[in-house]
Amino acid sequence: MAAADTPITANEYISHHLVNLQVGSGFWTLHLDTLIVSGLVGCAVFGLMYHVGRRATAGVPGKLQAFIEIVVGMVDRQVKDTFHAKSELVTPLAITVFIWIFCMNALDLIPVDFIPKLLELFGVKYFKAVPTTDPNATFAMSLSVFALIIAFNLKFKGAGGFLHELFTAPFHAENKLLQIALAPVNCVLRVIEEIARPVSLALRLFGNLFAGEVVFILIVLLAGAWSGPTLGSAASFLGHVVLSLAWAIFHILIITLQAFVFMMLTIIYLTLASESH
Amino acid sequence: METLAVFFGQTQIAVAFLIGMGALGTALGFGILGGRFLESVARQPELLNTQRVNMFIVAGLLDAFTAIATAIAILLLYANPLVSQIRGG
Repeated sequence: MAAADTPITANEYISHHLVNLQVGSGFWTLHLDTLIVSGLVGCAVFGLMYHVGRRATAGVPGKLQAFIEIVVGMVDRQVKDTFHAKSELVTPLAITVFIWIFCMNALDLIPVDFIPKLLELFGVKYFKAVPTTDPNATFAMSLSVFALIIAFNLKFKGAGGFLHELFTAPFHAENKLLQIALAPVNCVLRVIEEIARPVSLALRLFGNLFAGEVVFILIVLLAGAWSGPTLGSAASFLGHVVLSLAWAIFHILIITLQAFVFMMLTIIYLTLASESH
Repeated sequence: METLAVFFGQTQIAVAFLIGMGALGTALGFGILGGRFLESVARQPELLNTQRVNMFIVAGLLDAFTAIATAIAILLLYANPLVSQIRGG
């Protein structure tokens, strides 16, 4: 803030933090920061896992290998407990979802101004470091899951079975006439149910992380209220330190929990898609 | 200018409701969830681990609505998309 000619107000500071680094316009607006950061995080963490996986030993594992084995084993157990049909896609998908979202969320623990200010030295004006605070990223993930749900439905039930279920569940009827009467109701209910899934999946992750990020920004404003070596300034700075620490520690729970919930719901939705009613 | 002032006042009330009501709902929900969890574990202590995982899944689901409401409230407070319409019109 020292570099600016006029000190910016709290409102401007917050609005500045809510803008992505954009290119293009209209429909083709690309959020470069989201794309780059999520890509880098994915490459880094999965590159590391690939590296460790190739050099894995059956003997005494190193600390990193043991840690990765614990995480993979945990996810694998959750998948085995829930998903009973045969598929080689679900466990890798669940591991990818969990670890990727966890690492992207974990970027929230970096102080809010650290990365933007660092990049401002190189002339980048806006930068939002946490990809999951951008609804585009979360919707991209949940729509991919949605496509997989449809694919699993078609694979395990066939097109006929899928269509049959679309028109006969949740309300069943023995009578032919009643079946025809209930078909549109069933179809509408099913479509709403299917659309609600990706929307709630994406908004849940986005809402939690976005709200968390803004609370961090609001806490930082306390330190921005520094007006000289007075007791009030010192108190507000101390408050900022304590609150930041407390919120960051609480946020570790939210980060892990939201990654876990996204993974669990992905598994559950795919299970529902692979089992007939 | 007066329209804008009225608009901001109403926005503040809406934001207060969005955050406050959401917090109220989650607080009640978490209370019931935690109470039931303790009850069930007291009845069947061998289910502690599975029940804890399930409780956290439900906690994550429960959290979502409040978090979404809070995110919308913050958006209304700091980056309201309707302000430009009022300023322009």
